[in-house]
Amino acid sequence: MDMKEKMPMTPAAPAPEMPAIDLSHQPNLAEGDALIDTSREPKMCADKVGVFYGDKQALKDVSIKIYDDLVTAFIGPSGCGKSTFLRCLNRMNDTIPSARVVGRIDLDGDDITSSAMDVVQLRARVGMVFQKPNPFPKSIYDNVAYGPKIHGLSRSKADLDEIVEKSLKRAGLWEEVKDRLQESGTALSGGQQQRLCIARAIAVDPEVILMDEPCSALDPIATAKIEELIHELRGRYAIAIVTHNMQQAARVSQRTAFFHLGELVEYGKTSEIFTNPRQQRTQDYITGRYG
Amino acid sequence: MSAATKRAASRWTDESMTRRVRRRYLSERLFRGAGLLAISLSVAFLAFLLWNMGSKGLGGFSQYQAALPIDFTKSDLFLDPATIKGPDARTTVAGADLSTAIANAAERAYGPGASLMFSDAAADRLTDAIVANPNMLTGSSTIWLPVASKIDVAAKSDDGDPAAEKLVAELQQRHALKRTFNTRFLTGSDATDPSAVGVWGALKGTFYTILVTLLLAFPIGVLASVYLEEFASRNRWTDLIEVSINNLAAVPSIIFGLLGLAVFLDIMDLPRSAPLVGGLTLALMTFPVIVIAGRNAIKTVPPSIRDAALGVGASKMQVTFHHVLPLALPGILTGTIIGVARALGETAPLLMIGMRAFVAAPPNGISDPATVLPVQIFLWSDEVDRGFIEKTSAAIIVLLLFMLLMNGLAIYLRNRFERRW
Repeated sequence: MDMKEKMPMTPAAPAPEMPAIDLSHQPNLAEGDALIDTSREPKMCADKVGVFYGDKQALKDVSIKIYDDLVTAFIGPSGCGKSTFLRCLNRMNDTIPSARVVGRIDLDGDDITSSAMDVVQLRARVGMVFQKPNPFPKSIYDNVAYGPKIHGLSRSKADLDEIVEKSLKRAGLWEEVKDRLQESGTALSGGQQQRLCIARAIAVDPEVILMDEPCSALDPIATAKIEELIHELRGRYAIAIVTHNMQQAARVSQRTAFFHLGELVEYGKTSEIFTNPRQQRTQDYITGRYG
Repeated sequence: MSAATKRAASRWTDESMTRRVRRRYLSERLFRGAGLLAISLSVAFLAFLLWNMGSKGLGGFSQYQAALPIDFTKSDLFLDPATIKGPDARTTVAGADLSTAIANAAERAYGPGASLMFSDAAADRLTDAIVANPNMLTGSSTIWLPVASKIDVAAKSDDGDPAAEKLVAELQQRHALKRTFNTRFLTGSDATDPSAVGVWGALKGTFYTILVTLLLAFPIGVLASVYLEEFASRNRWTDLIEVSINNLAAVPSIIFGLLGLAVFLDIMDLPRSAPLVGGLTLALMTFPVIVIAGRNAIKTVPPSIRDAALGVGASKMQVTFHHVLPLALPGILTGTIIGVARALGETAPLLMIGMRAFVAAPPNGISDPATVLPVQIFLWSDEVDRGFIEKTSAAIIVLLLFMLLMNGLAIYLRNRFERRW
């Protein structure tokens, strides 16, 4: 009852106040914005990307640039196509037989949708972290070592050990697991599992890391750790993150893209999206009118 | 507010509600009872089967032996102890007419009716004894030899052949009869005399047949299921193949026998009665079972594992062989156990390809004539001689133990490969 009084659904109502999303908590916001240089080449560049599932169009005309040292957040209500778009960036949609992607997506200027692009190498360059922590039912060590092993990135056992240690350290998990590397990865807690998955993605030294709602299955403390980790990883990797949680988008990202009904409604600096959106739909979403 | 609360409370306690609750409890109790009944019935069936087989079959593992005083100087064996040595010793002794010597000695010892009191296996036993000690031929001695089936039956039961019962009574009085473990039943092959039969030949035939089946059906079945599940695109052709395989699993086994007869014997001209052909035929039968179980096991591997592996840049092959197959292996092995256990007990298709022949020597390879345990059981159950009854049950016990052993091995392998989540 109370909710309705505060937020009437009639469009004629006066514009609601901006939500209480505290952007001052975003540690590197000013620095992040300062890094944006429009003359610079983007790491990944999507041009008029559309996705069809059979006859149904799930995504249309999405054009986004993703930069090297920025975190880009994709927000929007369920079924808006943000995860679909994320999965285009390393061609995970290839695994769905009915999916068809149109448009062009470049990674360092090379079209990744073309058949000339080797999808295995692409996925090593563009790593992915999934919604539900999905470690292999193997030891912690083997989880991290798997990628380097299949890509032949290590010359010796000592080399591999070093990669595993470095990756686990970067993922902030080393201190917790260094004494039990041979234990099963599935025996860790949910938050630790997710950081293990991040370590696994880092181990193949990707250029871009895609995160598909990485915290939606985690408790607030584990979520905070992952967010902290994203801050630490920024600068080393280009990061694109899908999230349902607008506060999270505000906390971790420097760029935000708002998707609705398969369209990219608005894309810009996170601070601007959350304080001064240009589109009515964006404003309605971040003020909680729908979604 | 308070009125509403009162009404709600009364709704859960009124009469129709109490009745509904009572009915719910009753149906739950009835269901539990029915379940318990089903379990006890199946346990009872199993207990009956085991008791029946055990009580009838355990006798098959023992064999009565009778003492035979034999004076070799009076038997016309024409054997010179000096020639019985070296590798040809057995052949030399076996060449002599030992059966007649035994019959004559028995007649001399126990009267004219006793000439056929010893088993066909007795001559073999005597051969062994002479080879071991050729000097016994120069004098007379008493040795224990297995009795013929008729005497054996009379000794084990009270309603045997009257003449045999009389002879048994006499033998017992003279302390010339003893019960021993029937080693020949485990080491011998098929014979016309039930006291001389053994399951070793059939066991070996079963082993070779199942080996051929497993070596063919397992890899082909696993590869087929992996390909269909992970690599093949879904279209009309794969649907057709799926339907065909499902139908194949439901085809009566005798049809596979006819197929084996037509393809392997008539067209390919492979040896008749051989474990090779039996194994090929049973592989045709087992293959669809493994494919169906394999596909189901592969389907249950969570897609998140495939995503995870693809996400770090594993190729389709690597995803399948590093992650999907190891996780599906326990399920595939379970399906294989079921398929092979079925093949192990199969009789009908093997009859069609000639494995019902009388084979008196154990096979030494997959192309030698052989029979398998279930067929051997079937053949013995058809015999007229009363001595075969307990041999049939004893062979069933051996088959059950063989199956138990194989299943135990498979369960051990499955547990070894199973990964805990």
